[in-house]
Amino acid sequence: MQIKGDKWTPILFITPSIVAVGIFVYGFISWTSFISFTKWNNVMPDYTLVGFENYRKLFNNMRFQIDLHNTFVFTVIFVTSCLLIGLLLAVLIDQRIKGEGIFRNLFLLPMAVSFIVSGVIWRWLFNPGSFQLGNIGVNQLFEKVGLNFLTCGWYTDPNIGIKAVAIAAIWQFSGYTMALYLAGLRGIPLELREAAAIDGANQWKTFYYITLPFLRPITFGAIIILGHISLKIFDLVVAMTGSGPAFSSDVPAFFMYDTTFRGNHFAQGASIAIILLFLVSLLIIPYLITTFRKEA
Amino acid sequence: MKISLTRLLIYIILAIFSIFYIIPMYIMVVTGMKSFAEVSLDTMWNLPNSFNFNSFSLAWLGSIKEGFRGISGSFLNSVFLVVPATVISALFGSLNGYVLTKWQFRGSDLIFTMILFGMFIPYQSIIIPLVLTLQRLHVYGTIPGLILVHVIYGIPISTLIFRNYYVTVPTEMVEASKIDGANFLGIYRWVIFPLSTPGFAVAMIWQFTSIWNDFLFGLIITPNPASQPITVALNNLAGSYIVQWNVQIAGALLTALPPILIYIFLGKFFLRGLLQGSLKG
Repeated sequence: MQIKGDKWTPILFITPSIVAVGIFVYGFISWTSFISFTKWNNVMPDYTLVGFENYRKLFNNMRFQIDLHNTFVFTVIFVTSCLLIGLLLAVLIDQRIKGEGIFRNLFLLPMAVSFIVSGVIWRWLFNPGSFQLGNIGVNQLFEKVGLNFLTCGWYTDPNIGIKAVAIAAIWQFSGYTMALYLAGLRGIPLELREAAAIDGANQWKTFYYITLPFLRPITFGAIIILGHISLKIFDLVVAMTGSGPAFSSDVPAFFMYDTTFRGNHFAQGASIAIILLFLVSLLIIPYLITTFRKEA
Repeated sequence: MKISLTRLLIYIILAIFSIFYIIPMYIMVVTGMKSFAEVSLDTMWNLPNSFNFNSFSLAWLGSIKEGFRGISGSFLNSVFLVVPATVISALFGSLNGYVLTKWQFRGSDLIFTMILFGMFIPYQSIIIPLVLTLQRLHVYGTIPGLILVHVIYGIPISTLIFRNYYVTVPTEMVEASKIDGANFLGIYRWVIFPLSTPGFAVAMIWQFTSIWNDFLFGLIITPNPASQPITVALNNLAGSYIVQWNVQIAGALLTALPPILIYIFLGKFFLRGLLQGSLKG
């Protein structure tokens, strides 16, 4: 019998992955944490330990405070819009309409392209133009269809900044929530809806008492996924705006890149990265634990 | 047949949203096709009068006269990067998924959860040690270095995709083969692997698109233009003040083309990967 020998073979085959993830994820995270407690804020590594000095400086740093605020604004706009638009589109598409496939594919298409691609395009669409050029991009379109009151400075306006980036992100990810909700809607047993109809519930009541509770786990999952994407947002900011006027579109991930690889403040960059990781973990770890405890 | 008011309203709302989703695509295609004489920010929303591929060829080849680099070299870099990285990470995912569903051992669920965590981390939190390590391994700034990175950080998602797929393969088949005396590799080779085509399709399409679209690793690990992937080249092209806007947008379309083609022809598998990314199999 080979059973005895086979007990170790599976473990042998999964070991390379465990070792790789162990080193490149957990080992490197520990390494970054270590760097964040050192004095290495120059080209040459300096591993003198300074305790929480880098973190203290960071929280006193105006740019970082703006970044946290921007991340909060971005997350709220991005997550709620994706959920609402996704749910609306999924419910409409679920009404056995003609051309269902066309709409579905169109709404989901932006998911396939890189944030850099969408950043480049939205940068031109949200370009406010200039005195010589007049209105260009979306502003020009608004002017043409008589919606002049909607024209604005977009990402060049410090009061808008990160919100313009959020619109591009919504363009890219709302199709994803639509797909999640649509899969959820298709999973609701027909009998359930029929039973509600027999009991005399109208469509709104069915939606509120049957559909929405059924979709709750999907909403929960989507909030986690979209929320952690907002915390990590980087590519779109680089391609679309950079830090923007008065850091109005700056985010922690971009600050980390900027200060580490352009400014050689490695310890400072490491501390930003660890805070980002901490925020992402707050969302992800409970999610991972509950999801897989349920399955086990 | 009369269309009810609600139906009409549904189509109107869908149409309005369609405009929002189409606008960037429309601008990409229309701008790319205009000739230089015709291309102007004043008329950026107009349809082109004729077909023309000047913007594409300039974005692709660059211009010595105007002094900027085209994206063709980086396009090839991305191909040489994405193809091996996709295949290797799918193979790892397949083996891991097989072990984690059919050969569970004490602690295997915990190990799976710990591997999965790797797909959610912000890569900023590992990037400094990563650069130092790649320098030590003498692969920093090279395409093989990038392949290594994408294979390793692709392990969580590809393991997840295959695990979710192999859960649907009846364990009795594996048990029966075990009784017949087949060993770990034999069962993989003769039972699991032949059934794995859909799993490979989902995992490879997912990995292809996400590696093609990756920016952070390419930006930091390959600072030299000769081995840069396409997203980094596009970002440089778009960040240059000497490059015309229509050339930038044509470059964006060329960069988006491979994933868009995959989406159009293999959308079913793309969608499956997308739904699994949220852990629901």
